[in-house]
Parts: sequence; C-alpha cells; structure tokens
Amino acid sequence: MIEIKNISKSFNDRMVLDNVSGVFKKGETSLVIGASGTGKSVLLKCMLDLVRPEAGTTLYDGRDFYVGDEEDKKDIRREMGVLFQGGALFDSKTVHENIQFPLDMLTEMGEGEKKDRVEFCLQRVGLEGTGGRMPSEISGGMKKRVGIARAIVMNPKYLFCDEPNSGLDPLTSIKIDELIKEITDEFEITTVVITHDMNSVLSIGDKIMFLHKGKKLWEGNSQTIMGDTVPELEEFVFCNKALSLMRAGR
Amino acid sequence: MLSVIGRYLIFLGKLFTRRESLKVYWKRFIDECIGIGVSSVFIVAIVAVFIGAVVCVQTRANLVSPVIPVYVVSNIVRDMTLLELSSTFMCVVLAGKVGSNIAGELGTMKITEQIDALEVMGINSASYLVLPKLLAAVFTFPLLAIISGFLGIFGGYLAGTLSGIITPEDYIYGIRYSFIPFNVFISIIKAIVFGFLISTISAFQGYDTRGGALEVGQASTSAVTNSCIAVLIADYLLAELLT
Ligand SMILES: Nc1ncnc2c1ncn2[C@@H]1O[C@H](COP(=O)(O)OP(=O)(O)O)[C@@H](O)[C@H]1O
Ligand SMILES: [Mg+2]
Repeated sequence: MIEIKNISKSFNDRMVLDNVSGVFKKGETSLVIGASGTGKSVLLKCMLDLVRPEAGTTLYDGRDFYVGDEEDKKDIRREMGVLFQGGALFDSKTVHENIQFPLDMLTEMGEGEKKDRVEFCLQRVGLEGTGGRMPSEISGGMKKRVGIARAIVMNPKYLFCDEPNSGLDPLTSIKIDELIKEITDEFEITTVVITHDMNSVLSIGDKIMFLHKGKKLWEGNSQTIMGDTVPELEEFVFCNKALSLMRAGR
Repeated sequence: MLSVIGRYLIFLGKLFTRRESLKVYWKRFIDECIGIGVSSVFIVAIVAVFIGAVVCVQTRANLVSPVIPVYVVSNIVRDMTLLELSSTFMCVVLAGKVGSNIAGELGTMKITEQIDALEVMGINSASYLVLPKLLAAVFTFPLLAIISGFLGIFGGYLAGTLSGIITPEDYIYGIRYSFIPFNVFISIIKAIVFGFLISTISAFQGYDTRGGALEVGQASTSAVTNSCIAVLIADYLLAELLT
C-alpha cells in the first residue's frame, strides 16, 4: 500500500500540486487522471523522490520515503519498478541488456540466473526473441513493453507507469493496459498508472483519482465515473462525442 | 554566474559521493577511454601534423636574417609544440569534439528520462555516468598530448625538409638544442587539467538540460564555449604557476 499525504509542490512560485492526498492499495491498478499539464508527472516524481515536495509525505507500507539519505532509501527503491513516459530505455544498450541492467547493478545473481530472469520477463511481455535488438530498432509499443519488462525484472512490490499508452494506436494501447493489469493481479503489485486516455479509464480503473490544476477533485472507480461527479471531471470524461451520446441515452 | 559556479561545484561533489562497485566502473572506464581517447587520435594527429608544418614554414618565412642560424626554426617548432600546441590548442579542438559529445549524450539522457530511470533504481547517475568519462579524459588526454607533441615536431620536419627550407641535420640539431625536459612535463600537466575541465564542464551542461531537442543543442554549444574559456583561463594561470 502506498499513501500520499498532503503533497504540495510549486515551481518558481507557481503551484503545481496543491495538498494532494490518496491511498493506492496492494493488488489494485489505481489510475491518476487529468488533462495535460495538471501535474500528474510531477506527482509521480514526488512519489519517487525525484522531485522533493515542499510539504507532505509518501509512505510505502508505512515507511516514510522522505526520511534518511539515498542509502536508506535503497531498500524501498529495490521494490519499485517504473515505466517512464517515453520508455526511458538506455540507447546504448540492447533490449536484453536494458532489462538485465537492474539485476547487474543491484543484485549478486549469476549470469545464467540473470539470463533466465530476463528471458522470463521478455516472454511475459510478449517479446520473445527480440533481446538482441537496439531500442532505436523497435516500435513505440515494443519500447513500452521493454520498459515494463525492465520495471518488473526485480519483482517489484510497487509499479508506476507514466502514460503507458501515449503515442500508441488504440489497439496497442488496450493491450498494454491489459498487460499492466494482468501483471498487477498476477504478482499482487501496488500499481499506479498515470493516464489521460478514456479507454484505459473505463477498462482498467480499479480506483481512479482525478487531478485538475494540481488539486485532487474526485476519487472513485470506472463505474462511478460515468455517474454524477464534478463539472471539471464531466468535461474531461465527456469531451468524447460517443461517450456523451451514450450518456444522453442512458 | 556565481550560482552556476556553485551548482557546478555541487555537481563535482556529487560525482565523488555514493559510488557503485569498482567492477561497474572498470567496464565503463574502458568504454569511455575508447569513446573519448581512441576515437580522438585521428583528429589530434591531423591537427598536430599540419600545425607543426605551418609553424615551421611560417617561422622560416619570417626569420630571413642571415645572422640567425637556420636550426632556430626547428627549435621554435619544438617549443611552440610542446608548450602550447600539443596541450592548449589540442584541448580547444577536443573541447569541440569531446565536449559537445558528452553534453549531447547526457542532455539526451536527461530529457528522455534515462537519468531519472537510473535514479529510481537507487544509482547515483552523476557518478555512474560522469565519473568514468572524467577518469577517461584525465587518463587519455596526456597520452593524446604526447602523440600530438611528437606529430607536431614531425609535421615540421616533413614540411621543412620536403620544401628544402631546412636540412634534416639542422632540424634534428635544432630540436635537440637547449632542450628542457620539464616542458614535456608541463604539457602533460596541462592536458590533465584541461581533460578534467572539459569533461566536467560539458557533463555539467548536459546534466543540467531541461526541455527538448532544442535545449540539448544549446547545452552542447555552451559546453564547447564554456570549456574553451575555462581551458584558456587555466592555461594562463598554469603559465604563471609553472614558468
Ligand atoms: N522541473 C520543472 N521545473 C519547472 N516546472 C516544471 C517542472 N516539471 C514540471 N513543471 C511544470 O509543472 C506542470 C505540470 O507538469 P506535468 O506534471 O508534467 O504535467 P502532466 O500532468 O501532463 O504530466 C507543467 O506546467 C510543467 O511546466
Ligand atoms: Mg506527464
């Protein structure tokens, strides 16, 4: 379980996050949704302590992530996997080396064991046989899959995905969403997915948090989001014509 | 300006704290020696041979007085090469090649969140990425300076003898005449200092990138400009200090 409490962050006097709190439960895929530029990625970076908020705390199963130095955080960091917006694969390494990288740096595993683990992860994300390619040689959807494989290679307790389906076609998007959800269920991970894609919201949102201009305005799930919410969220959800027609006819 | 220098010093501090295991660094160091040192041999060699040749021809053209012996030409080529060309001039060229490369690489890693990806794994990205580059520069620049010094003198020999300005015997006599071995040492010290400045300043510029492809380009440009300025200032200070 991850708890965030009263997180506030501003850049150059501009408030980007305003007193955001929430709970993300184990085994659930929780979504953070909102328009572009509302501070979703900044919230994620605060949770990962890449950006330190001015106020608030993030607790990982009760452990405060903002106390102590980097050495103290190593234990929690080992339990995290992150899929960044563009995949953030290391350009100079092959797909296989990318996935193996956390094992090389953070574990004492033998070569054979590492290879098996990487093969397992590659196969789990449906990319058997592509380990030898470079990141520049694979498609956007494949990059995200490799990113997911790298994120789960250490068997994380916490998985974070920043816009896992941005820049992908609708079909590939749904496949990536489903993959994240399956992995979450299978390994009982606490997963936080940042998205602005309504398809994901409707299909994988066990729990949804809506951010608007740095504030949390609403919380619910994929059923309650279609009902009565707040005006800002309705605007966000029903900007799609098909959805608004569907709603008028309900 | 002061705040930039402050952030640069903090960045330097970060390089040396919380390092990964030595095994990790060894492989990265070898890779960077190839990327920074070996791949620069060609440009360094070309520059050294031609500059040595030009100095030889120019000196001869400007020293036509019959009272000055001709071996002074190679004497001047030797001192110019060892004192300035093989270290300062070479490093200004390398600031362009190595500096822009380092800043571009790190800048791209920054904006594509590859550096964040390292940080969330608990790896000190500054030290993991930059320390091997720094060590490789400090190790290979003096070697390049030695190659450059040798080839500069050799370039002067080729130009001088092939064009008939000076006989091979006079040239060899000139480069041996009142030779101060300490000058070779100065050249090596300078290359070490400049290697440190170029690699860390360029890495700092790349590491500080925010935004997109445009900012990566700007980071490369300022890496080259700032490294050159730092090299020239350091050259002056070292000249005061060592001579
Ligand atoms: N390091 C930073 N420095 C200054 N401003 C930033 C920084 N990171 C993000 N911002 C600003 O914070 C706001 C929220 O950004 P972000 O969280 O990336 O939005 P999104 O919800 O689309 O992910 C944006 O207006 C952005 O310009
Ligand atoms: Mg974002």
